[in-house]
Amino acid sequence: MAEKGAKKTKNPRVAMPEQDPKVRARNFLEVPTGYTVKMAQEEAARCLQCRKPACVQGCPVGVDIPGFIDLISQGDMTGAIRNLWTKNALPAVCGRVCPQEIQCEGKCIVGKKGEPVAIGNLERFAADYERENGTGELPPIVEKTGKKVAVVGSGPSGLTVAGDLIQMGHDVTIMEAFHKAGGVLVYGIPEFRLPKDIVAQEVNFLERLGVKVECNQVVGRTVSIDELFEEGYDAVYVGVGAGLPRFMNLPGENLVGILSANEYLTRANLMKAYKFPEVDTPIPLGKNVVVLGAGNVAMDSARTAMRLGADSVKIVYRRSKEEMPARKAEIHHAEEEGIELFLLTNPTKYLGNEKGRLTGMECLRMELGEPDDSGRRSPVAIKGSEFEMDCDLCIVAVGSGANPLLTSETPDMKLNKWGNVVADPKTGKTTKPGVWAGGDIVTGAATVILAMGAGRDASNSINDYLTYGW
Amino acid sequence: MFKIVRREEMSEGTVILNEIEAPRIAKKALPGQFVILKSGEDGERIPLTMADTDPEKGTITIIYMVVGKSTAIFKDLNVGDSFLDVIGPLGKPTHLEKVGKVVCVGGGTGVAVLHPITRGLKDVGNDVTCIIGARNKGLLMLEEQMKNASHDLRVCTDDGSYGHHGFVTDVLKEVLEEGDIKLVVGIGPVPMMKAVSNLTKEYGVETMVSLNPIMVDGTGMCGGCRVTVGGETKFACVDGPEFDGHLVDFDELTLRLQAYLEDEKKCHSDYCTIRDAK
Repeated sequence: MAEKGAKKTKNPRVAMPEQDPKVRARNFLEVPTGYTVKMAQEEAARCLQCRKPACVQGCPVGVDIPGFIDLISQGDMTGAIRNLWTKNALPAVCGRVCPQEIQCEGKCIVGKKGEPVAIGNLERFAADYERENGTGELPPIVEKTGKKVAVVGSGPSGLTVAGDLIQMGHDVTIMEAFHKAGGVLVYGIPEFRLPKDIVAQEVNFLERLGVKVECNQVVGRTVSIDELFEEGYDAVYVGVGAGLPRFMNLPGENLVGILSANEYLTRANLMKAYKFPEVDTPIPLGKNVVVLGAGNVAMDSARTAMRLGADSVKIVYRRSKEEMPARKAEIHHAEEEGIELFLLTNPTKYLGNEKGRLTGMECLRMELGEPDDSGRRSPVAIKGSEFEMDCDLCIVAVGSGANPLLTSETPDMKLNKWGNVVADPKTGKTTKPGVWAGGDIVTGAATVILAMGAGRDASNSINDYLTYGW
Repeated sequence: MFKIVRREEMSEGTVILNEIEAPRIAKKALPGQFVILKSGEDGERIPLTMADTDPEKGTITIIYMVVGKSTAIFKDLNVGDSFLDVIGPLGKPTHLEKVGKVVCVGGGTGVAVLHPITRGLKDVGNDVTCIIGARNKGLLMLEEQMKNASHDLRVCTDDGSYGHHGFVTDVLKEVLEEGDIKLVVGIGPVPMMKAVSNLTKEYGVETMVSLNPIMVDGTGMCGGCRVTVGGETKFACVDGPEFDGHLVDFDELTLRLQAYLEDEKKCHSDYCTIRDAK
């Protein structure tokens, strides 16, 4: 994704074509449309094939980046995807949603003097090429160990653990609470950023490797972790994500028209409510939409609202653009699509009518004061700067915490004061014997690839435990 | 897939009973808990509190009123057909404890939800009086079952076509006057639960209600089911569905239940038009 303002170079990075902002702002099709073979090979040729590749160190799952890129430049697309699969069961996903700019591409030597190699785009290309033109041939089957592992949650960390352990010869069953597998990849990330068919195919790839996927299993309710052990599982991995929406705790928050980003995106993505009434789940359509928060989830919510036909969509954030936690590319895409940034603005109150529906919001202007503990300049309210803005739909995207549904039913698994599972940072081992955890339920809300990295560490540790007993 | 093994029409065809194969849920479910059902790939996730479970047979029973497109689709399923997804048991089970004299009050399809709770309260040794009501005799449901689940059943209809002529709250008032009631459980339409709670407040009798707000996941993830209880926001799916009736903001709940009213009406009538044309 070549951005405006990127460093000029003699050897420019091959930009991935994108849908025109005006067109895409009203459809749900994917925004970047993908490399052609020629583009991919041209971009792959930019890789210096460093002997000590810094990019690999920047990858939480240690993908052999120069290796797969070299195979692409040689035209061996099957070799490239096989190389990727050895370290990453979800290349089509990672190629699209990883923050490469602070990981692999952030470390790329080519990037020191110009634009880094488009590693993410190439990863996506390899996975898409295999899906569209590939042989469908699976990695070699390994001998079965006879050990059984239950993976609770089918988000990025759970899928990684499942993919790793099945290829180590263990029996793996994924338990998913929703009716469809993929976790945040299906309920959270919108179709225009990560098409759901792609997630389904990545899950299907694991199923073809032998992973069993059981949906509608709310572990902690339908079955407990102890019951899983009684059913014969030898180890359990808990990757249930950060599924507890935070609200602002402002007056009027239960008015109709105020939704958590979790609810809004789940309706739009998992339930496909953007197709209502063709599908049965409705979604509120706002004329004047406000999204509270400035992370990737806020961008996803704002861009979804725009696609659902809003007249105006505003991101309301109390700090400045500098501090916005979303990826630069996401902010850029959102602005291109006509989403307005209301920075240094803090909501203080929701306003409603006699029918209990949201009609507006009272806000305060802020200015940046002294740096706080996080080093960011903290916003301070400007006295008397209250103003009202019209809004009939507000999406609260100010983060999510640890959902207690499973953990409260598992008292011997220790939690920290925020309700996150305490797990060894190197192995993912929890205080409950035979149980590992990773991803957002351990770290709090983070990224897809960090969850996958935690899954990778845990699967190595689970394999040690099942093989050697430690 | 979750197969329907028994189907009954009640209350003049406006209410449907489905007994569904769901062995894992049947084994774990306790009175007061709910399930989420989805009929097909593009279906909506509909939460319904279970009316009964049979752990040995591996079945659960739901009873629902046909009010919108999703329940209309459910109604069209026959014995042998399946729900694509059934998720549960969800929510906290009813706290069942011997307290003495208990009154269980049910209206409409709330009687179905009340059934396992009433039986549970009787089973732990309470003296259970049950009051059930409907608009008219034809709409009254589960009379026989509620008689068996309680010690004393009183019936009322709004039009006087059967039992006491009047509302369940009239009969409840009489029972409260007799004194010594330790707990009232009220389950039914929101106005009924509100009226029951207002009445029992006058008598200072602890009251429990079961709420069924709009929700998506049922696991605390979306927050769509938030209700104000004692001035605090609670998620009905994980903190409930049962709450202290004296603390629930029923007016807010009523407004929140109407969030998608227009959408629901439109797609229900479209569905019926298309179905009837076939």
